[in-house]
Amino acid sequence: MTKQHANWSPYDNNGGSCVAIAGSDYCVIAADTRMSTGYNILTRDYSKISHLAEKCVMASSGFQADVKALQKVLSARHLTYQHQHNKQMSCPAMAQLLSNTLYYKRFFPYYSFNVLGGLDSEGKGCVFTYDAVGSYERVGYSSQGSGSTLIMPFLDNQLKSPSPLLLPAQDAVTPLSEAEAVDLVKTVFASATERDIYTGDKVEIVILNAGGIHREFMDLRKTDAFTEECMFMIDLF
Amino acid sequence: MLDTTALESFPSLISHGINVAGEISAPPSFQLPNSNDFDGFVKETIQMVKPAKGTTTLAFIFKEGVMVAADSRASMGGYISSQSVKKIIEINPYMLGTMAGGAADCQFWHRNLGIKCRLHELANKRRISVTGASKLLANILYSYRGMGLSVGTMIAGWDETGPGLYYVDSEGGRLKGNRFSVGSGSPYAYGVLDSGYKYDMSVEEASELARRAIYHATFRDGASGGVASVYYVGPTGWKKLSGDDVGELHYHYNPVTPSTVEQEMVEAAGP
Repeated sequence: MTKQHANWSPYDNNGGSCVAIAGSDYCVIAADTRMSTGYNILTRDYSKISHLAEKCVMASSGFQADVKALQKVLSARHLTYQHQHNKQMSCPAMAQLLSNTLYYKRFFPYYSFNVLGGLDSEGKGCVFTYDAVGSYERVGYSSQGSGSTLIMPFLDNQLKSPSPLLLPAQDAVTPLSEAEAVDLVKTVFASATERDIYTGDKVEIVILNAGGIHREFMDLRKTDAFTEECMFMIDLF
Repeated sequence: MLDTTALESFPSLISHGINVAGEISAPPSFQLPNSNDFDGFVKETIQMVKPAKGTTTLAFIFKEGVMVAADSRASMGGYISSQSVKKIIEINPYMLGTMAGGAADCQFWHRNLGIKCRLHELANKRRISVTGASKLLANILYSYRGMGLSVGTMIAGWDETGPGLYYVDSEGGRLKGNRFSVGSGSPYAYGVLDSGYKYDMSVEEASELARRAIYHATFRDGASGGVASVYYVGPTGWKKLSGDDVGELHYHYNPVTPSTVEQEMVEAAGP
């Protein structure tokens, strides 16, 4: 008698890609705004980015219901921290909190693939990358989500960040300027949109620096090339 | 039965002893899914979590202390998710832990172990022994036996009895020993380590042996790579000795000499 398996799963994957790049005095965090389920698009205008603390921003792809729950838990804990310590949480502190929050659900995980970006206490850019159950490390750049296998090799090629494990230690942050980094992010999302069906519509780019927080949007291809060609043929006739 | 000390801080922050709704507050515990088939559910989540098993870590005791080394690659199936994972975890200034298996499991429980060791110091006014620390971790992992944790770690340190090395895993096993290697690259590392090992080595010789063993494992095992880190644990605590990219180590151990044909061509093109 074969074992009966559940037909219902508590999880779904809403797709999408996130990227974060750390600079010497800035941090760029970006995510596309498409939310899908299977082959359907639920909306073209969904923000995957959450501003957790003054100098700390999180972008998450995966199952957006779990992402929303995770964002709520973190902002509630941040509020408690502010009441108890009379200051904002630093980005490295928030990074540890996110790791613990994810691990507390080790046996029923948040289906959420996160990148955390912000400025550390010295004002340098920092990016933390996570898996679904909370293992994390500080890196110079990272991408997560459905397009990450397309984006990461390109970032490895362009940013060439030396490993933080090397001895003598070398700086992990990229020497790129803020404008170059934003340009790189736009290029990266345009490329990922070409080959990943779950990435597209718009990219939301958040830039954190000493001057504060700045947000911009860039339009991406909304349809795939085959559909465009069909639409063009239909118009002709 | 289950170790819930890691969770104690979380609920106490929320309720502070007086429950807002006036209900009986539940004891701290990990949330479990409402599933008839827990094993099947856990198997599926393990697939989703895809713990990084590809690794090479090693540690050995010698005359001067303990040498600990590891690679830094994390793989999810065939995809390399990171080349810069810290697999040697600094529990406290005189004890190290190595990471193999689930990255989150190792990170979380090593940090928890560091907290427990500190509490032991404060309660007993003396440092915890390596024997004691490894036992604490082994007991925690045993209490979660069968729930899908994946941890293959070595606890290395220096206490009052001298250098100490234990192997602890998520099946609940705990072994005392002088030489261990853990991970998919461990057979290759053992080959180099066992053939080159002598108890009476200097720190330089031992670190070179450790580095070579990791390099050879990364050369043959696709799931190991990145940076070979080597740490030394002595009477004054641990010290990181080296961190070398294994790609560069390859050309360090196998230098490229120009072939004779190229040399002739250079001479012909000369003045």
